[in-house]
Amino acid sequence: MHVRFVRPIGRAWIRLRAGRGPVRGAGRRGGLTEPRPIRWLLIALALIFTACFLVLPLVLVFTMAFSEGTGPYLAAVSDSITVAAIQLTLLTALIAVPITVLFGLAAAWLITKFEFPGKNLLVTIIDLPFSVSPVISGMLFVLLFGARGVLGPWLIEHNIKIIFALPGIVLATTFVISPLVARELIPLMRSQGNEEEAAAVTLGASGFQTFLRVSLPKIKWGLFYGVILCTARAVGEFGAVSVVSGHIRGKTTTVPLHVEMLYNEYQLAAAFAVASLLTMLALVTLILKGLIEWRLTRAGERGE
Amino acid sequence: MRQTRQGILPGFGLAMGFTLTFLGLIVLIPLATLVLKAATLTPARFLEIVFSDRALAAYRLSFSAALAGATINAVCGLLLAWVLQRYDFPGKRLVDGLIDLPFALPTAVAGIALTTIYATNGWIGSALAVAGLKVAFAPLGVVVALTFVGLPFVVRTVQPVLRELPLEVEEAAASMGAGRLQVFFRLILPELLPAVATGFTLAFARGLGEYGSVIFIAGNMPMRTEITPLLIMIKLEEYDYAGATAIALLFLVVSFAVLLLINALSMRSGSRARVA
Repeated sequence: MHVRFVRPIGRAWIRLRAGRGPVRGAGRRGGLTEPRPIRWLLIALALIFTACFLVLPLVLVFTMAFSEGTGPYLAAVSDSITVAAIQLTLLTALIAVPITVLFGLAAAWLITKFEFPGKNLLVTIIDLPFSVSPVISGMLFVLLFGARGVLGPWLIEHNIKIIFALPGIVLATTFVISPLVARELIPLMRSQGNEEEAAAVTLGASGFQTFLRVSLPKIKWGLFYGVILCTARAVGEFGAVSVVSGHIRGKTTTVPLHVEMLYNEYQLAAAFAVASLLTMLALVTLILKGLIEWRLTRAGERGE
Repeated sequence: MRQTRQGILPGFGLAMGFTLTFLGLIVLIPLATLVLKAATLTPARFLEIVFSDRALAAYRLSFSAALAGATINAVCGLLLAWVLQRYDFPGKRLVDGLIDLPFALPTAVAGIALTTIYATNGWIGSALAVAGLKVAFAPLGVVVALTFVGLPFVVRTVQPVLRELPLEVEEAAASMGAGRLQVFFRLILPELLPAVATGFTLAFARGLGEYGSVIFIAGNMPMRTEITPLLIMIKLEEYDYAGATAIALLFLVVSFAVLLLINALSMRSGSRARVA
């Protein structure tokens, strides 16, 4: 048991596995609840807190984005530098997410299917990037590959650019998102056990067949959730990318960095217009998460 | 038995090889570089950098703001989890879904949105300014940003525990004449505390390293509203790699130590409720 790092995603997963959203009708359990005024007071407090911290920022992003009208909004969103930033961000996610998924699958398979010495240490190392500040994460790669870094002179000699270029952005992003899929899959695969895989192998299935036909279907929703989380983080990563990007406009600025630059130049409407794209992506992420939960609830009710 | 059954599963070599290669290249070698780089400094120089007045002020702000944010989240997270789990009200599912927003929303977007809301001419900031409270571009702004990024942790750790709590105990206590407050503080709260502590730790850890949402709202004045990650960033931009490395290493080590300590404490106090 690795209790010490109960990760939010792990917890969220346990919640998914339990297959229960908020209990409906929970407030009507006879006399076993608080008097009505207290209930209302607590609900009001919770709603005010939610409004101040969650709802208002969302409303503000769209209000500000359209503060100068639809024309400037569309202009900001379709601006060539914005488009270049979107392309760079998507390319980064397209490289970093699959690598992280492969790593997550390998690490989860290793940890849940085999016993070996040093397993606890390995789990700790997998979790490590969670507790490293994004700025420090980016800085690690500057120390390695930067002009004054360990490999800097060699890279310059061979004309390879890593820092202030795509490879550095991909590396920093991968570092930051690396634990997400593994953390999602490990509790899930552990709870499912290895009986079916063992049966498949005993019956003559190859390792690859076993993985593809037996294991993958069992974890597909968890994996999907991991991929969504990973993508959201990869697209939105700011601190780590900020260190390695160099802020070369239109070349090494990802969408969040582009938002920062517009904001710092007091182009508020444009900054929020581009930010609204990221916000919509975040909302899609939340909706997909809700859908997966709903599917799992249904699967749970059918006794799957 | 378990060993042999596991022994027949394939892919140990491949999984081990890929996992170790990935961790080595992406995580361990870069982290080792940080340690090696810091080791090139003389001890006197290292101490001079990490205990400079500006660095000390940055640690103080980072730790106190993360602590304040996590504390607000512990209280409000408990309230939110309770309300979402026990009461019915219109829009409950929506609120429940929105809780995860800080996980999904890019920190830079959160940063500029919160700054605009809490600035003295903003929606909430203007009201608070009348009361004489300055949030954005003041230390309080850092707390607001860290409260936002840490918001989901306590709610999501407490909710499952609250759901699994057996109602029979509450019923029994109530039937024996215990008041509602008594039931809450004597029965329910002790069961929830370990989960609150876990959520608090996670929010605190996240807050310590947070950068994107803070730098917009903080104002970034050296000695006053400059968080440690920003100080590291500034040193890097000035090509002061030695300074950045020393501060980053100290910050990492202290954060790890604090986390381990809090984890150990919460595990000791919560061994009862941690069966799952």
